[in-house]
Amino acid sequence: MGKFIREKRGFTIQLVGKASPTVKDLEMPETVVIKPTDFQGLYMPKVMVKEGDAVKAGSPLFHDKRHESVMYGSPVSGEVVEIKRGEKRKLLEIKILADRQIEYLPFRKYSISEILTMNAGEAKEQLVKSGVWPNLVQRPFGIIADPGATPKAIHISAFDTHPLAPDYNVLFKGQEANFQAGIEILKKFTSGAVHVNVHTSSEVPGTFSQAKGVEVNKFTGKHPIGCVGVQIHHIDPINKGDIVWTINPAGVIQIGKLFLSGVYDASRLVAVVGSEVKTPQYYKTVTGASVKKFLENNLSNDHVRVISGNPLTGENIGKDGHLGFFDLQLTVLPEGDHHEFLGWIKPAGDKKPSFSRAFGLLNFLTPNKQYRVDTNTHGEPRAFVQTGVFEAVTPMDILPTHLLKSILAQDIDEMEALGIYEVVEEDLALCEFVDVSKHNVQEILREGIDLIQES
Amino acid sequence: MEFLRKSLDKAKHNFEKGGKLEKYYYAFEALETFLFAPSTTAGKKGAQIRDAVDLKRLMMTVIIAMIPCLIFGMWNVGHQHYLAVGASATFMDKFLIGAFKTLPIVVVSYGVGLGIEFVFSILRKHPVNEGYLVTGMLIPLVMPADIPLWQVAVATAFAVIIGKEAFGGTGMNVVNIALTARAFLYFAYPTDISGEVWTYIPDKTAVVAGYSGATPLAVAASAIETKADVVTQFNQFGSSWGADGIYSFSSLFLGTQPGCIGETSTLMCLIGAFILIVTGVGSWRIIAGVFGGAYAMGLLLNLIPGGNAFMHMPAHYHLVIGGLAFGAVFMATDPVTASQTETGKWFYGILIGVFTVLIRVFNPAYPEGIMLAILFMNVFAPLIDYFVVGANKKRRLQRATV
Repeated sequence: MGKFIREKRGFTIQLVGKASPTVKDLEMPETVVIKPTDFQGLYMPKVMVKEGDAVKAGSPLFHDKRHESVMYGSPVSGEVVEIKRGEKRKLLEIKILADRQIEYLPFRKYSISEILTMNAGEAKEQLVKSGVWPNLVQRPFGIIADPGATPKAIHISAFDTHPLAPDYNVLFKGQEANFQAGIEILKKFTSGAVHVNVHTSSEVPGTFSQAKGVEVNKFTGKHPIGCVGVQIHHIDPINKGDIVWTINPAGVIQIGKLFLSGVYDASRLVAVVGSEVKTPQYYKTVTGASVKKFLENNLSNDHVRVISGNPLTGENIGKDGHLGFFDLQLTVLPEGDHHEFLGWIKPAGDKKPSFSRAFGLLNFLTPNKQYRVDTNTHGEPRAFVQTGVFEAVTPMDILPTHLLKSILAQDIDEMEALGIYEVVEEDLALCEFVDVSKHNVQEILREGIDLIQES
Repeated sequence: MEFLRKSLDKAKHNFEKGGKLEKYYYAFEALETFLFAPSTTAGKKGAQIRDAVDLKRLMMTVIIAMIPCLIFGMWNVGHQHYLAVGASATFMDKFLIGAFKTLPIVVVSYGVGLGIEFVFSILRKHPVNEGYLVTGMLIPLVMPADIPLWQVAVATAFAVIIGKEAFGGTGMNVVNIALTARAFLYFAYPTDISGEVWTYIPDKTAVVAGYSGATPLAVAASAIETKADVVTQFNQFGSSWGADGIYSFSSLFLGTQPGCIGETSTLMCLIGAFILIVTGVGSWRIIAGVFGGAYAMGLLLNLIPGGNAFMHMPAHYHLVIGGLAFGAVFMATDPVTASQTETGKWFYGILIGVFTVLIRVFNPAYPEGIMLAILFMNVFAPLIDYFVVGANKKRRLQRATV
């Protein structure tokens, strides 16, 4: 039996521009990009293709120097047109000009009974060589999982509470068989359970409710209850020395497809959302797709920020950018680079969302009001002053203020004692939103995680 | 507004790197961001949207919460003045004479404090912090109306430089700045801030016969010597010079008593507390803790037989005399110097209440306990947090071994 967890802390940000549950099938994007920077913990990627090479979907593009067997595959077939490097030849992205019709690199196909009886080693081998493996993320640190490790549990968050998050009912509709096959594979890797964590208030997609052989845990509460780190904290917290793997349902489905169909199928649905999108809806596309086609004649305003991912943890990729590896959401928000006369004292009415009641005193009366929010920081960086607010939006037995201060002081023992193993950026993203002192909380946290890994 | 924006944009290049007035960039920036919320946008990766609230807004809310205390305080300065000289006056007369005494103190406090902040921001190349917006208003409210202005200036300078800038500026200070200013005056120039200094009486002005400017705290403390019942003393106070019932419980609660400009009215402090708690800017735990701690300590002392007369003053009087309410609402809740953990805030608040009453009752040399109690607990707040954070760490460690 799974657990039932009710949590009062947190804050759900309601924005204008939620996707309507319609799916539009677009033709293949012109270009597809794989960005090594999307993968935390990727160590000195070694490029295996040259500009001009032809690749198939599933052909390895590069591999990790530390775990040489783990391949990062091409999502589509086509031609490698650009290998972009930054300072000190750091690999930034590999761009592929996509074919109209995808050609797949064939991998072995398995029947359901074969999947059930196959051993973990064989399954891992298929996963690492096909480019599907990097869907598995290890906690602590939120880095790409080490194929040599055995996690104590695998956690799958089956709902997303981020602002404008896609509805998993739409995203994973009709994927029951693939999801189940993926679960069967994952079960081989862990000594413990595979947890599927669902939200009580929304309708649980059949893909998850019908899954067999998993622990289904129920959650109710506000954001960040959908973040898998928060869920792990309540189900089976990570202690020093523990290893836990997490994976998005999209990754589980990809694993299932790999074994049932024998291909690295990078196709997925992506929600294109935000107040500046004319028709927010879902699009069928592939991992790392160029966002141009989603935005063509679809923007109501020209001065916008295009974000791969959600507004709390996403990345500004620009109008010519490409989706990140893990992102199932493309958000377009108005750019906020404008001054506001006496903006800090003017009564805001109900125009701006705020966790603090010092702004929008009566906002709590209309919790479902949707806001149009721009990217302005509404203030400048300051020292830590306000207390108790981070704690109010972090539904874990963790003191974020103290943890962040220990990171700034580079005190490794203190970070460890205060629970840095339990969090990654998305778990504390809301702290960054509510902070009156405008710290880059997620950046600070990642510095701490990097520091503790080196120690 | 357009014009203002344009002229700022035009002047800006002088202050930016390489400009003629580069040194003064942060002074310019403070002015600019005061007029216009800045146009900075979220970084490339991470939270792309930010809460509308910022430190300026937060500090402004505290100032708004102090306005009832300020307005009432101005009126009360006049009210006490006319009581002492035995003249009758209209509401406006009282208010105007109060404003005449109070506003210069406000101006000096802001002028000196902000001046130092600007100088430090230029010297140390950091933005001007908003913390002083609140401190600058708190300092006048905890001064007697008759305080010499030069003392306000010296105290403010001492508090801002030694109390804050020496530690690294807003957010880094250990003790409350406004209370540092007051404590400085208290120990450096005791004759001007203790005894019967609370009522504004111009030189060579005759007071009414039998007049006494003793505060309720002084009356209660003197009862220790005379062994008289404190409440009886309160009720009799003022009857000899035409100020009947000045220290009755209801007037103490309303605040028509001599004292620092802003601290006399418990009612106005409670209105401020309401604003702070509703907006979530002040910690209700601390406010409730101070009032609760003081009341509980008062009750406990009532129960002890014997002892001095002050001990047997009914506990609820502790909440309305002196500056307890003002300290609880505006001083103890300073987030920088208070305990930073939610559990710690309870301990911090309650201990402030307890110590205030203890100092009042057992150390009549310092009739006002709240100032020292808060400063004392400011110093101990990190220790409280140390234990609360330690408990959090311990829970995590215990979990690991199970």
